[in-house]
Amino acid sequence: MKLLNQSLLYSSIPIFIVISIWAVVFYSNMLDEIYDSIDDGLDNYKLLIIQKSKRDTVVLHKSEFDESNYAVKEVPASLAINIKDVYSDTLMYMLNEEEMEPVRMLTTAFRHQDTYYELKVISSMVEEDDQIANLTKAAIGLYVLLLLSIILINNFVLQKLWKPFYELLEYLKSFRIDKDQTIPQIKTQTQEFIELRNAADTLISHSVEIFNHQKLFIENAAHELQTPLAVITNKLELLLEENNLTDADAQTIFQVMQTTARLVQYNKTLLLLSKIENKQFSNNHPLFLNEIVHQVVTELEDFAQFKNIKLTIEETTWVEVNMDPYLANILVSNLLRNAIFHNVKNGHVLLRIEIGSLTVSNTSKNKKLEESKIYERYYKTKITDKSKSTGLGLPIVQAICNLYAFKIKYAYNANHHSFTVKFT
Amino acid sequence: MKILIIEDELNLQDAIKKSLEKESYMVETADDFDSAYQKLSIYEYDCILLDIMLPNGSGLDLLKELKENKKPENVIIISAKSSLDDKVKGLELGADDYLTKPFHIAELNARVKAVLRRNKLEGKNTIEFKNICLDLEERLFYVSHQSIALNRKEFDILKYFLLNKNRLVTRTALAEYVWGDHIDQADNYDFIYSQIKNIRKKLKDAEAHIEVQAVYGIGYKLVEI
Repeated sequence: MKLLNQSLLYSSIPIFIVISIWAVVFYSNMLDEIYDSIDDGLDNYKLLIIQKSKRDTVVLHKSEFDESNYAVKEVPASLAINIKDVYSDTLMYMLNEEEMEPVRMLTTAFRHQDTYYELKVISSMVEEDDQIANLTKAAIGLYVLLLLSIILINNFVLQKLWKPFYELLEYLKSFRIDKDQTIPQIKTQTQEFIELRNAADTLISHSVEIFNHQKLFIENAAHELQTPLAVITNKLELLLEENNLTDADAQTIFQVMQTTARLVQYNKTLLLLSKIENKQFSNNHPLFLNEIVHQVVTELEDFAQFKNIKLTIEETTWVEVNMDPYLANILVSNLLRNAIFHNVKNGHVLLRIEIGSLTVSNTSKNKKLEESKIYERYYKTKITDKSKSTGLGLPIVQAICNLYAFKIKYAYNANHHSFTVKFT
Repeated sequence: MKILIIEDELNLQDAIKKSLEKESYMVETADDFDSAYQKLSIYEYDCILLDIMLPNGSGLDLLKELKENKKPENVIIISAKSSLDDKVKGLELGADDYLTKPFHIAELNARVKAVLRRNKLEGKNTIEFKNICLDLEERLFYVSHQSIALNRKEFDILKYFLLNKNRLVTRTALAEYVWGDHIDQADNYDFIYSQIKNIRKKLKDAEAHIEVQAVYGIGYKLVEI
């Protein structure tokens, strides 16, 4: 959920509660005020009627409310003594509404020439249920209005306030540690965002530093291994030239040599990878891919022949790419080696050169590979003989593609694996 | 022929020395910048194997010094650094060849011989041994002056054997020489066998006084018969 909506959700509940409480308090206050005002009116009426009764005794005989709003009744003195001014709510039939409506009634007593009278004065009351309904409607209206204005405020004000944050977020999302060193500045005066940006800067510079250290370490380690590997290789080769070795000794030495050769291969490949990733190949110039493909096929046809694999080149056009010739050779060569190595006896490999792309496809007994994993370093399928592959062939292909922003795609179709490199 | 090995890793220095002595070269060694500098200013060598990273200095400075003094030595740089820049720099400074560690002894032999041959060329660039002759310029092969047809790979293999005659050439070294060294996934070198079989047959049919012997089933050796 976006921050804007989240804040709306969070503010909507307290606002609802506040408005509800406000409505109750407001209603009871208002009701109090209304009673107060009606009761004052009734009190005034009482005094007016009592005054009038002294001049005009007709008033004293008005025992029903009828058209007016008071009624007088003679009561015994003993009873009248106990009558205090009492305000009460009661119901009365209203002609216009044709139903019983609430009225406010003042019951009191007075004395006229030694006779005691009870006086009842009424006044029409507000209809409480109508009032509550109206107030509720108004409160809901206010609530909706408030929410709407919060949405508007969020959209116009908050979005403006949070703009630097979203900018920073975009930069962080697109940050690539192997490409960028820093993120661009964002314009903001907000303390929190400045702090966030500084924290991100610190984190990034720290990560970049670690990344560079790691790259340097791999490179240095690989370089430092070269000389010891040379010692092992050469000493073993000299040892093999001794004449007094038994066959078994020689075989053992050779096995160690083979293992060392694999170590050498790993090391060379790691060095190559880090050199590609460190962009140490800059001898870029336009070259024809077709020539590279033919050259690589010539280099590798012996491997293919040995497994009786047929290599076919299908070219419909000349494809020119701008890249380092050494890397171009490695790119094509690794794809072809891969296609030959994972092939079956009497299988075939097709190298198709089309406008802007090269596809290498091969027959294989392997099932579809997991595309997300094949470019991982040291990824090997179960079928792959672990002793014969460094598992760094495709990562190198991918590193080269990344360097030149080429796209590589894997496809599997009817027992054919194919890799397509798009050069545009 | 006098060769100077300038290499600070004594084990490697020793291995190279032993191997070159088998080829009957006079071999001297230096293991740091100063001793190398001293030897270079006193003696003359036919070939110098030069490591770039040395205690107390850079091999490239030694190379500069040599070329400034117009010394005629052949220099092969042996370095752990395989970066193109270093290679180009070394060759620009006048090195004759550049070999990246680790290397095979057979490869070093071939490079040293190639460098030494380059200076001793007297109009022809051929390797002669017994009754055979390999013309490196024209890429032709003769047995008793009879031209024998070899394909490209066979020629390269035979040349490598001749540069390493009487020495063991492992299948690994051979494959790297002939098929390039960025071989991944291919330490199954059985396919070499068919090439060797063809060469043996051609040598035998032409009654060459050399043959390719298998050694322990791990490599080959070219010997005279």
